[in-house]
Amino acid sequence: MSLKNCFHCGTDCGKKPVEFNDKNFCCNGCKTVYEILNVNELTCYYDLQATPGTIPSDIKGKYNYLENVQIIEKLLEFNDGHTAVVEFFIPSIHCSSCIWVLENLSKLNEGVTTSIVNFPKKLVRITFKTKKTSLKQLVELISSIGYEPYISLEDSEIRNKKEDKTLIYQLSIAAFAFGNIMLLSFPEYFEVDDYWLEKYKYLFRLLMFVMVIPVVFYSGKDYFISAYKGLRHKILNIDVPIALGISVLFIRSSIEIFFDIGSGFFDSLSGLIFFLLLGKFFQQKTYNFLSFERDYKSYFPIAVTSIINNKETNIQVKDVKKGDRLLIRNEELIPVDGILINGNAAIDYSFVTGESIPVIKMSGDKLFAGGKQTSGAIEMEVISSISQSYLTQLWSNDVFNKSEDITIKNITDNISKYFTIAILTIALFAGIFWYFYNASMAFNVVTAVLIIACPCALALSAPFAFGNILRIFGYKKLYLKNAETIENISKIDTIIFDKTGTITSSNKTKLSYLGTELTFEEKSGLKSILRASNHPLSRSLYKFIAIDSYTEKPSEFTEILGKGIISTIHDMNFILGSSNFVEAKTINANETSIHIKINGSYKGYYIFKNSYRDGITKVFESLSKKYKLVILSGDNEGEQAFLENLLPKSIQYQFNQKPENKLDFIKNLQERGAKVMMIGDGLNDAGALAQSNVGISISENVNVFSPACDGILDAKLFIKLPKFLEISNKTIKIIKASFVLSLCYNIVGMYYALNGILTPVVAAILMPLSSISIVIFVTILTNWIAKKDLI
Amino acid sequence: MEVVYITIGVSIIVAVFFFILFIKSVKSGQYEDIYTPSVRMLFDDELVTPNKKENTEKSTK
Repeated sequence: MSLKNCFHCGTDCGKKPVEFNDKNFCCNGCKTVYEILNVNELTCYYDLQATPGTIPSDIKGKYNYLENVQIIEKLLEFNDGHTAVVEFFIPSIHCSSCIWVLENLSKLNEGVTTSIVNFPKKLVRITFKTKKTSLKQLVELISSIGYEPYISLEDSEIRNKKEDKTLIYQLSIAAFAFGNIMLLSFPEYFEVDDYWLEKYKYLFRLLMFVMVIPVVFYSGKDYFISAYKGLRHKILNIDVPIALGISVLFIRSSIEIFFDIGSGFFDSLSGLIFFLLLGKFFQQKTYNFLSFERDYKSYFPIAVTSIINNKETNIQVKDVKKGDRLLIRNEELIPVDGILINGNAAIDYSFVTGESIPVIKMSGDKLFAGGKQTSGAIEMEVISSISQSYLTQLWSNDVFNKSEDITIKNITDNISKYFTIAILTIALFAGIFWYFYNASMAFNVVTAVLIIACPCALALSAPFAFGNILRIFGYKKLYLKNAETIENISKIDTIIFDKTGTITSSNKTKLSYLGTELTFEEKSGLKSILRASNHPLSRSLYKFIAIDSYTEKPSEFTEILGKGIISTIHDMNFILGSSNFVEAKTINANETSIHIKINGSYKGYYIFKNSYRDGITKVFESLSKKYKLVILSGDNEGEQAFLENLLPKSIQYQFNQKPENKLDFIKNLQERGAKVMMIGDGLNDAGALAQSNVGISISENVNVFSPACDGILDAKLFIKLPKFLEISNKTIKIIKASFVLSLCYNIVGMYYALNGILTPVVAAILMPLSSISIVIFVTILTNWIAKKDLI
Repeated sequence: MEVVYITIGVSIIVAVFFFILFIKSVKSGQYEDIYTPSVRMLFDDELVTPNKKENTEKSTK
């Protein structure tokens, strides 16, 4: 590690590192964490992993609401008056040192009994003694060492949602029975007239029958349910022939063993269900640390500071009423719409719009919910309750209430319609033929046809292909909600992009200067003045100006809230700020800018612009060949001309779109038959993401929450978007090819079935052979296309 | 060869026994976090003990 990097978090310390114990720190926050750990002899933290820390954020007063009894009650999982258990989600957990320090919390706070980390889910579960410490102290402690927990409205509402383990039980029962039945049915396959075998085969058969019962009625029950639901909706889904196959296998085998006709097909039956469930299981890839179902509640704090009779009290957000007066501290989120009463408001709406440059508000201005205050504390008066705010109203739209439609037809169901009709016809004709030719064989042949046609391989190819692609995408940082999403991606013909935060990068703002060139002295003077200002725009401009500032402070400095700065340094009189404050001639109301006037003469202005993501032109060019592209933005059309220049001509632009407009725009397209993919980022895209066929959310940091969507794409991989789409399309082709292959197996099997020579041993060989070869086929091909395109 | 009854019976009982154990372990949440224990295991003796020693030294002083 170089000396100039922070010992705690590894960031560059800059010119003036904070020194402590012969170690360099980038800021006082990091130093404090080191001190805390050092005093408590937890410095092993740094031995486990170099620079493991994160810079702690300022938390003063932020967690006062944790003194509210109702809130405490909601957050605690267990509390008997002495011992309490609480579980926190901590997004900054990232390495083994984190686990170590969080599990040694008891050394930092005596009240902690145990703390257990769940690393994949980034959770820590803390058991503590309520007499010795409080929830607020705990939260402040873990925040002070850089692990700020994420506490939100939603978390307090739905907790302890048990994971559904039914599939694991079904699968394990099927696996257990499959293995044992295979062993028990094995001796009879050799067809030796062994005395002992003759004697014991009845026992073996009975055992197999006992074991197959839970497999059919518990493990396989979902196929019957799904087939029934499908039939009720007049859809022949893939589960119809499967359910038919399972019941025929079970009934025929039972008849065979009870009437001593043969050994039955119990091994094939349990194997079939085992493989089918295995496919289902493989398709289920969940990203524990991500959530695709978030709504505004997970962004919003659970409590706010309200001012009642000049006293600060903490109240729950859902209890906020019209007319309440709220105190919003620095870095806090505005939970409801309101009017600014006093304070220096610079609201960062990046959560909502993706726009990262703070908006300046003056007292009397309206503040919208979802913004984050970025400079000092403000007071506001509430004008609507939380559910009726401008932004949160969006969630009352029907899109958010529609339940999954079970009748959605997927690629497998499309083919199964013809497949089912075909096998039923074949079975019927075979039955009629054999009835006249050799009536005793008719039952045999009909059941054999239904058994052999049971589309195990057909049903397996899509789950394995999708499951595999899902994993590859996840590895490449496109996290999809489920396997159906891949299929939906392959169907889309229109792609809609949000502008700010989606095709622009929200953490990189471009600054450019327009006007008379500033001299070196003027620039240094400007920088010295900006140093004294805490305004977010001043701070970004301060960072942007690359020359050194003067060491002395400005001789005169007045900052007028919401307007600008008047200051004197080195006999130069500066007036900085908004265009009307500086009395600039060029009025560009649409752009965020700082105008400069020196010694009474107007010099020019700095413009803040979002920079577009790298490679954006390429992405749009390759996408425009196949898809209809639309840019749907909540901003004004200020940048249309620039975009038209940058991007291909065929793109359609829609500006000044409110969140509901975006939703309706997509609805309209869909009504005209378009399949729409929406790519957005902020909460204002939430409606559009939900309405679209596929909603992909772009995220600079996937651990930070993104609105409810079908997939989350790491912003750094935005340029790979065309590749992801292409792979999804190719996957569908691979699945279709594997359908052909599995039909070939069915034709081979049909030969045995129609001739009445299907023996248990043939079925026992053909069924796993076809299933396994299909699985290998799709896995190898999907890996191959992904490798070819993504590396 | 009546012993076959016993051996099969025993083998099935053993298999069922392990199967029940497996289901129980799934139910108790043993497989919910399969990463953290692997890291936690490495901490115990190597890292906490020297600290404890220091603590006891201090307390004796």
